[in-house]
Order: sequence, then structure tokens, then C-alpha cells
Amino acid sequence: MAASSRRNPPPLPGAENQDPLSEMAGEDSDEGEDIFVGNSNPVAEAFQPDTANGEEPADLFSEAETSTAVNSSITTSKSNGVHSDNENDLFAEVSVELSMENPSTTAKSSGAEFTPSLTLSATQPESMEQLEEEKDEDSFDMEVAVTNPEKIGDGMNAYMAYKVSTRTTLPMFRNRTFSVWRRFSDFLGLYEKLSVKHSLNGCIIPPPPEKSVVGMTKVKVGKDDSSSADFVERRRAALERYLQRVVCHPSLLQDPDVREFLERDELPRAVGTHTLSGAGFLKMINRASDAVSKMTIKISDSDAWFDNKLQEVESEELQLRKLHAVVDSLVNHRKELCGNTAVFAKSMAMLGNSEDNTALSRALSQLAEVEDKMETLHQEQAASDFFILAELLADYIRLLGAVRGCFEQRMKTWQRWQEAQSTLQKKREVEAKLLWANKPDKLQQAKEEITEWEGKVTQYERDFDRISVTVRKEFLRFEKQKSKDFKSQIVKYLESLLQSQQRHVKFWEAFLPEAKAIA
Amino acid sequence: MGSIAAQLFSGLSRDIKSGSSLGSVNVDLQTDATLQVDISDALSERDKVKFTVHTKSTLPNFKQNEFSVVRQHEEFIWLHDSFVENEEYAGYIIPPAPPRPDFDASREKLQKLGEGEGSMTKEEFTKMKQELEAEYLAIFKKTVAMHEVFLCRVAAHPVLRKDMNFHVFLEYNQDLSVRGKNKREKMEDFFKNVVKSADGVLVAGVKDVDDFFEHEKTFLLEYHNRVKDASSKSDRMIRSHKNAADDINRIASTLYTLGTQDSTDVCKYFLLVSLPLQKIEARVAADEDLKLADLLKYYLRESQAAKDLLYRRGRALVDYENANKALDKARAKNKDVLQAETSQQVCCQKFEKISESAKQELIDFKTRRVAAFRKNLVELAELELKHAKGNLQLLQSCVGVLKGDT
Repeated sequence: MAASSRRNPPPLPGAENQDPLSEMAGEDSDEGEDIFVGNSNPVAEAFQPDTANGEEPADLFSEAETSTAVNSSITTSKSNGVHSDNENDLFAEVSVELSMENPSTTAKSSGAEFTPSLTLSATQPESMEQLEEEKDEDSFDMEVAVTNPEKIGDGMNAYMAYKVSTRTTLPMFRNRTFSVWRRFSDFLGLYEKLSVKHSLNGCIIPPPPEKSVVGMTKVKVGKDDSSSADFVERRRAALERYLQRVVCHPSLLQDPDVREFLERDELPRAVGTHTLSGAGFLKMINRASDAVSKMTIKISDSDAWFDNKLQEVESEELQLRKLHAVVDSLVNHRKELCGNTAVFAKSMAMLGNSEDNTALSRALSQLAEVEDKMETLHQEQAASDFFILAELLADYIRLLGAVRGCFEQRMKTWQRWQEAQSTLQKKREVEAKLLWANKPDKLQQAKEEITEWEGKVTQYERDFDRISVTVRKEFLRFEKQKSKDFKSQIVKYLESLLQSQQRHVKFWEAFLPEAKAIA
Repeated sequence: MGSIAAQLFSGLSRDIKSGSSLGSVNVDLQTDATLQVDISDALSERDKVKFTVHTKSTLPNFKQNEFSVVRQHEEFIWLHDSFVENEEYAGYIIPPAPPRPDFDASREKLQKLGEGEGSMTKEEFTKMKQELEAEYLAIFKKTVAMHEVFLCRVAAHPVLRKDMNFHVFLEYNQDLSVRGKNKREKMEDFFKNVVKSADGVLVAGVKDVDDFFEHEKTFLLEYHNRVKDASSKSDRMIRSHKNAADDINRIASTLYTLGTQDSTDVCKYFLLVSLPLQKIEARVAADEDLKLADLLKYYLRESQAAKDLLYRRGRALVDYENANKALDKARAKNKDVLQAETSQQVCCQKFEKISESAKQELIDFKTRRVAAFRKNLVELAELELKHAKGNLQLLQSCVGVLKGDT
């Protein structure tokens, strides 16, 4: 009974220092800087990979803890240090970014960060660790790329095969660089397998790009136009991003299925990914039942963190959807603008031809050429709008869905625990009744059941605690990743705008003297 | 729609002088002291616009040196039509009538905004309202400019400026009681136009002796068609541009909402990005509209007026030739010779009068056109450059801030 009264989140390992950690728990990474500055005492010395958090490699947990409470027990985390400390790097970014308003502090912290001195200064041991982490990251890097879409076969049985190339220095792979051919259903199959294994742990599993019957049919039928080329390119890019997210995830990367996907030459055809198969229907049914149960579960969680985060996620998803719709509209309008500009350019050229003042005629033809160039610019802009912005938004809308799924898993685990508790309660009542009614043989059975259920309750409670920790960790990791992703994409988008404006300037500067020369 | 439209449409008065785009389309209007006309103010009411026409003149036939009257669009049309119907002015290019003030599109958008008020946040609503108001203002300024240009062209024309109707228009400070054409008159107009265009084709088929006019005929025909084409295509292009700009505005405001809701890093980036996005497209579209589309539209009308001149001359030529033939026939039959002679004289005079002024008018038209295009194209290029450079700076600083975080 005591267990049910505990509603506080399980103390994170290394909770000797409650303060910085609870700060961490409640807030966003913005508080990173405070932790860095304030927490110079090596928490990790006292830290033991807590057996309560029995995730697979304890190392990964130590990594997690380094991110939440910067410490110096990094040595344990280096074994599979793939992206060992994205979190740390992002923290560094964050701390610098916070000083956006104070350029002086920016210089200071970035300077401190990159001091390659080997003496750990007492005030900033964390930054040295970050540096070591970065070094580790460099030596254990992993790159995947999806390229060369090729159409295999013909007619309705045709499919696109994509080349998946990996370049890595991780020891668990046989070679350093290798590539295999995969088709879309293989990617979906990978997702299914990972889903089955890891979603129960509360991992956020990156969702693959969506199926598109229309798009694929066009490709199969062999329509060799720009729209099917666009579709293939879009899918290829989406698959690449999907894979990159998968290998970015420290625990997913450990999964043998992922390794197999990347390495094995021939993959057994993934069944159950076809929409109209039996497995497909089963999935739909499961999803429906999930939706129903979702509506009825409400954890009376005194840890408001999860509640708040879920709300944030939901509102963010809403906004992103809105944004995505508008970006879509923008892409369409730009394409329209493109067409209209081309038509206008031709019309201007005609006008220039019929104009009998030679200088004006030449200027008008020049104008027509400028407008033609504008058209190319618009087209490129539309492409970048789409590939940079719209796809980013679509990806994150799907990812936020996965995050919500994660939270739901936690709720389900909680529900299971609660149900077990109520079953235990009932069994105890039965036992009490039996005691009173004095039936020793049934009593024995009842006692056995009680022990069984007590064990279950303890286990489920531990499961819940574990999944809560995982979800929290995953969510924070997700937020960092999202921050990084958005930032890099936004920078890319702005740079594309920049380039387009530069060319704008060039074109009009070339035109101006022509216009002035009209007499 | 009621409340917003009412606010917007009533009592919206502008000091036009400050935003005057006089000369944006027409360039060499000699503003000489003997007669200066401009529209000093304009008031927009529910479904009409009232222009305050202000005149400064040293001519003796006006009672005062400086005076103002209030005129409506129909009165401008009346003035224009009176020129067109006046045989004395057959040899001149009549300045094209200003287009009717058209706020329908704006009104529709405003209505939609009013209906959708509940479904958007307060900021979005105020923002969209501001945009619509700005758009409305732009259309308003444009229509004022068009009316002003018409008056100035008339005032600058050596012959038309002396027209009696024009003086009445400028001076008579009561309502001219010019009613819009009723249905019957509109029908009459329609048929007149049909006849005229048929006749025009006939007349155009007659080869002209004078090379100059023959060349002008072919030139104007082709030019007019191509200007019409260019004008409609430019309209479409600018509309797409405005649509894209509208989308970008919506994106920017959503980003702003996202940015203010959350306190994470991502949102700071969002806020940063929304700034340049907003400014870039909208201004470009607006400038293109002003410099290019308006120019093309104006010259569409001007070239039509020039074509009309040629038509009248052609008509006069045909009449003259017919009169010649009639005279020959009369002389041959020796019947009604005097009558034929006088009619031939009249036709000859008319034709020669028209030809003489037409030549000068067409040359002037060319000069005006070249100058106007030059001015507008230069201004267009300069504006595009200015905006592109400004945007470049803005984008560079944004990228700098974002990248500088790492």
C-alpha cells in the first residue's frame, strides 16, 4: 500500500544534489548554464549506475546523467560513445545562446569551452569534459546516406530501390564503409521491429515517411515527369532523415535490427507493412482501441512535469500543423508566380519587339530577360521553401505524434500498475474473508496469489518508474535534437533566401544602366 | 462587415499632395503658371469618392485666381465624353478617362475578415485589418492619381485647356448634375461601339498615302495588342506575388505566436526569422504593381486613344475620298456640282486639319511614352535594388545571430 502513495517522480540517480537536478526536471535546457556554473562539485564521484534504472548498458545511463548533472565520470561512457554527448554539446550551445543578449559573456563561455588546456580548472571542469566528449564524438562518428534511387522491375510490381551507405568508426560494425540496397518496405519493416521492441520502454522512435499510393503508382506506371521525380526525391530525402534520426538515438543504434538493416546484403522481405494485409488491419484495430483507452486514462500524477510537457507537445503540434498548411500554400503560390512570371517575360519581349524606339526596345527586352531570371529564382525559392521548411515541419509533426505515443505508453504502464494494485487489494480481501471463514486449503492458494500479485505490483511499479525516467530522458533529448534541427534548417533557409536576394541584386544592377540609357 | 467597413469607408480622407504620384505615369506635363490643376483632397464615402479639384490660374476667364470644387467620378467621365464627341477635337489624342474607383475587391476581403473574426487571435486579426487598410489606402491613392493625371493632361494640352466645358468643370461650384447614363443610353453606347469597331476595321483597311500615318497605323495596332497582353500578364504575375506575400505574412505571424508562447530556443529562432520574412515579398509586389502594372495599364488606354485618333483621321480620309468621288460623279453628270464641291471642301478641310494636328500628337505621344517608360523602369530597378539590398542586410544579420550561437 505504501507504494501507491508515492507519487513523486523517482529520484534520478545521483540525486545527492537534489537542487540542480530538480531544477533540471522542471525546466527547459535554458537552465543549463546555471547547472554548469553552479555545479562544480563532481557529483559523479558518488554516482553509481543505479540498478533501479535497469536499462541495457549502464553506460548510456551514465551518459544521461552527465547531461543532467555535469560530472567527470565520463570514462565509463566511452565504450559505445556514439554521439555520447549530443546533450552536452547542446548544453554548450544553449549556454552560449543564452548570452545572445550579452556578447561579453558569450565570448567568455565560448572561450572557456574551447580551451584545449589539459589542466582541469576548478571552476570549469565541465567545459573540459565537453571538449573530451566532442573529441570522442568525432572518433566514433557515424554517417548514413540514402542515395541513388533506382527503379527495379516493371509495371505494378516495380519498386524503387535506394542505396543506403554507411560510414562509421564504430567497432560493432564489420567494415568502416559499406552500402546495401533497400526498398521502402524495408524501412517500414525496420520501424515496425523497433516499435515493437522499444516503444514499451518509452523510447521515442522516429517515424518513417508516409506511404503514398498515388505517388508510388505514378512512379510504377513509369510516368517520367517532374512530379514523379519530385516524389522520388522527396521520399529519398525523407528516408535519409529517418535513418539519420534512428542512428542518432543511442539505444536504438544498439539494436541488432538496425545493424542488420545497415549491413546485411539481403533483407527478408518485410511482411505486414502492406496496408491491406492482415497485419495492416490488425494495426488499425489496435490503433483504434488505443485511441479509446487514451481518452479514459488520466494519471493523477503529482509530477506535473509530464502533464505540462504533454500539453506543450499537443499545442506545438497544432501550431506546426497550421504552419505546415500555410507553407504548403506558399509553395503553391510561388509555383504559380513562377509560371506567371515566365508568361509575363515573354509578353514583355513581344512588347519590346514592337516598340520602335530602339533604346526603349532594347530596355524592354532586357527587362524580359530579367523577369526570366526572376522566374528561375522563384522556382528555386519554391523548392527550398518546400524541401527545407515544409518537410521539416512535416517531420516534426510526425515526431511529435511519436512523442505523444511515448507519453501514452507511460500512461498505459501506470494503468497496468494501478490495475495490479487493485487486483492485489481484491486478493487480500479474499484472503481476509477466507481467514475469517477458516478454509485453510483455499487460504494457501490465496496466499500464493497474493505473493504473486505483490511481485507483479512491485515489478509494474518499477516498470512505471523506469519508463518515467526513460520518457523524461527521451523527451529532453528530443527537445535538444529538435532545437538543433530547427536551428540548422532555419539557417539553411535563411541562407537560401540570402543567396536569392544576392542574385536579385545582381540582375537588377545589370538592368539599371539599360533603363537609364533610354532616350 | 458593417462595423469595420463603415469605419474604413466613411470619412477616409487623404491629404493627397503628400502622397501624390503625379508624374509617375505622365512625365513632361508643363506646369506653367497660367493654369495649374491638382486634386488636393479626396473623401471616400460608402459607394463614391469625392475629389476636391483645386485650380490656380492667371487666365482672365476665371473669376478668381485660386479656387476649388468638389467633383465625382461621373463628372470626369462627362468631361471626357464631351471631348470625344466634339468634332473640333477630332485631331487630338483625347487623354484617356480615369478608371472608375473600384473598391469591390477590398470590400470583399474586409467582409471575409469580419466574418472570420472569431476564428483567429486578436493579433492576427489586427494585423490583417491593418494590411487590408493599407491595401485600401493604396487603391484609393491610385484612383486619385489617375483622376489627377487626366486633369493635368487636359490642362497641359494647348487646345483642350481652353475648352469651355473644362472651365465649367473646374469652376462651377455646384453639382454639375451629370447623371450617369441610364440603361437606354448605355445600350446606345454599346451599339455605337459595335458600329465603330466594325467601321474601324473597314477604315483601317484603306491604305494611306502618307507613309508616316501608314506606319503609325500598323505600329499602333500591334503595340496596342501587345500592351494589352503585357498588362494582363503583369496583373496576373503581381497577383501571384501578392498571394505569396500574404502567405509569408501568415507564416510570420504563426511563427511569432509560436515564438511568444514557448520559452525554448527554437522559439527564439522563430521570432528572429519572422522579421525578415515579412518584409521581403510584400514590398516587392507593391512596387512592381505601381511601376510596372500601372504604367502598362495607362499606356494601354493611351494607345487606345491614339488608335481612336487614327480612326477618326481614317474616317475623315474615307469621307474625303468619297466626297472626291461624289464630286467627280457630279461633275460628270453635271448635277448638284456646287453641293458636291462644298461637301468636298468641308471634307478636305476636316481631313487636313486632323492630319496636321494628328501628326504632332502622335509624335508627342511617342516622346511621352518613351519618357514615361524610362522613368518608371529606372524607378522600378532602383526600388528593386533598394529592397534587395535591404533584405540582404537583414538576412545577413539574422544568419549571423543564429550562427553566432554555436
